[in-house]
Amino acid sequence: MYTKTLNFVENKRLELSDSQLKWEIFFKRLLIVMSAILVLVIIGVLVTLIQKSMPSIKSLGIGFLWGKVWDPVQNIYGAYPFLIGTLLTSFTALIISIPFSYAIAIYLGEYNQKGWLSDLLKNAIELIAAVPSIIYGFWGIFVLVPIVRSLEIKLGVAPFGVGICTSSLVLAVMIIPYSASLGITLIRMVPSPLKEGAYALGATRFEVIRNVVLPFTRTGLFAGVLLSLGRALGETMAVTMLIGNTSAIGNSFKEIFFGPSNTMASVIANEFNEADHDLYVSALIELGLVLFFVTVVVNLIGKRVISKASKN
Amino acid sequence: MKIVKSLKLMVVAAAASSLAMSVSAQDLKGAGSSFVNPLFQKMFSQYTAAKVDYQSIGSGGGIKALTEKTVDFGDSDAPLNDEQTTKIGGASAVLHIPMTSGAVVVTYNIPGVTAALNLTGKDLADIYLGKVTKWNSPEITATNKGVALPDLPIVVIHRSDGSGTSFIFTDYLTKVNPDWASKVGKASAPNWPAGLGGKGSEGVAGLVKQTPGAIGYVELAYAIQNKMPYASMQNKGGKFIAPTIAATTLASNVAIPADTKVSVTNTDNEKGYPIASFTWALIYKEQNYGGRSKEKATQLLKMLWWNIHEGQKFCEALNYAPLSKSAVKAAEAVLKSATYDGKAIL
Repeated sequence: MYTKTLNFVENKRLELSDSQLKWEIFFKRLLIVMSAILVLVIIGVLVTLIQKSMPSIKSLGIGFLWGKVWDPVQNIYGAYPFLIGTLLTSFTALIISIPFSYAIAIYLGEYNQKGWLSDLLKNAIELIAAVPSIIYGFWGIFVLVPIVRSLEIKLGVAPFGVGICTSSLVLAVMIIPYSASLGITLIRMVPSPLKEGAYALGATRFEVIRNVVLPFTRTGLFAGVLLSLGRALGETMAVTMLIGNTSAIGNSFKEIFFGPSNTMASVIANEFNEADHDLYVSALIELGLVLFFVTVVVNLIGKRVISKASKN
Repeated sequence: MKIVKSLKLMVVAAAASSLAMSVSAQDLKGAGSSFVNPLFQKMFSQYTAAKVDYQSIGSGGGIKALTEKTVDFGDSDAPLNDEQTTKIGGASAVLHIPMTSGAVVVTYNIPGVTAALNLTGKDLADIYLGKVTKWNSPEITATNKGVALPDLPIVVIHRSDGSGTSFIFTDYLTKVNPDWASKVGKASAPNWPAGLGGKGSEGVAGLVKQTPGAIGYVELAYAIQNKMPYASMQNKGGKFIAPTIAATTLASNVAIPADTKVSVTNTDNEKGYPIASFTWALIYKEQNYGGRSKEKATQLLKMLWWNIHEGQKFCEALNYAPLSKSAVKAAEAVLKSATYDGKAIL
């Protein structure tokens, strides 16, 4: 009763009809329900992963994380080689991509903000993100692998062509757009009075970028890089085609870096279809769980850095 | 008028599609091995008595689907393992019916060598174990007199994805090399001791073609279609046999046990090619489950019966090996043992 009168009073005040008000309430509830569904989905994924990997967690314990042997025939499962493979490819890709994404962000954010060239470049970068990853895989096999192989012959390591090095190169290309486009937006948001002040004091363009723009956007750019790392960690198809898919891990860094390896995502993609016993399937799902956590942690760190940056 | 017309059309189309839906509920559904998929697609397009819908999702997936009773038959490149057998209800619950056999060939890329190599199973396993590392090592030159093999490191290439092809290949290596048997064993995705993995046949073929000194393995059909060189393998009788469709069929022309669950790799037949295997259709022995009609069970068995007889004529054109006489006989006996309410169907 009470609410009804209240509604009535409010209606009078705002001059809203009952149907308008109903629609208002309905719309708000719809939004809440939609967002709640998304949250439920992600929680559901996590619960399923945990539940399905329980047999493997119980039988293998925490040793799963640093076991070095992955042998489905003997039911020995260790994620260590894949953890190393995943982290090594992703961070190498990140290091390679940083100069490119920073350069693009600075050029399009500061030097060339408008005009056909700027539009062309920006569209081209967005296109990089839109190309399906299997196409990067093909490109890698036909173009990058022979190049890396000839490099490996010159360096005197086993000339496999495929491996961590090749995968990192392809991943680097794939993740550039993620950090670059965030970088462009951030750099364009630098307040002009700051820059104009610096110019007025006689600073050159390079000095303005080094002393005003970059310090102002540093944390944001870093966060963009971390977000692109999340993409690199989970990339499956292109990496599976180029990494060489070997569970054995090399002895020296040179051997590991130029040699074939495996990432968590590529192992799952390769073996899940034909995994023929329960513990095997469960171990693969636990691998997915580990990947889930690694990606979540990286994303959380990225978000934290962003929120700190925006407070400053 | 146009709108009315198109509306009418829509109604007709909707009715037709719902009719098609109701028919497809009677269709036979199968899932499993991707190796046999091209042959099954051809067979089922020619089979008129019933519509068969086969999904090539991999042997493991096919077995899982049959265990969950979502399909009428599965197809696997390997007989059920112990765990799968327990889950599906014991060894007597499910029937294995050989459908065709296929060969796995060893392909290579040695610059300057075009002749077909002769390899022994033991040496092949040693190559895949990483023990034989050069093309001109004495083990390989001993069986290839007259071929100028270069001083080139061997790059071992295997399938990275779990696959029936790998199962057949490792099953063979397990039989011919005790070291392989104890260190690696047979599996659709074993812990490979050496080399690189390529995803799918095309991944292996791509790596072999690109890498000088590479050795890999693919199905016979794939090697023929892509004009890849392949080695003759020494069989149990000591002869080097080139992989052909005839030699693959001969490999399974041996005494076949009643349940047909036999590995014909390293065959006793002295003209048979040693890296060959059946692919099996899998059905429940007792067909009255989950409210299935007797009509459907009969349809299923008739279809499989047709596959092992009339259907076999489609094998060769697609580079599959037709079943040998002894295999057809064994398969007939297995099909006749299927029951509905305890009574034989065929």
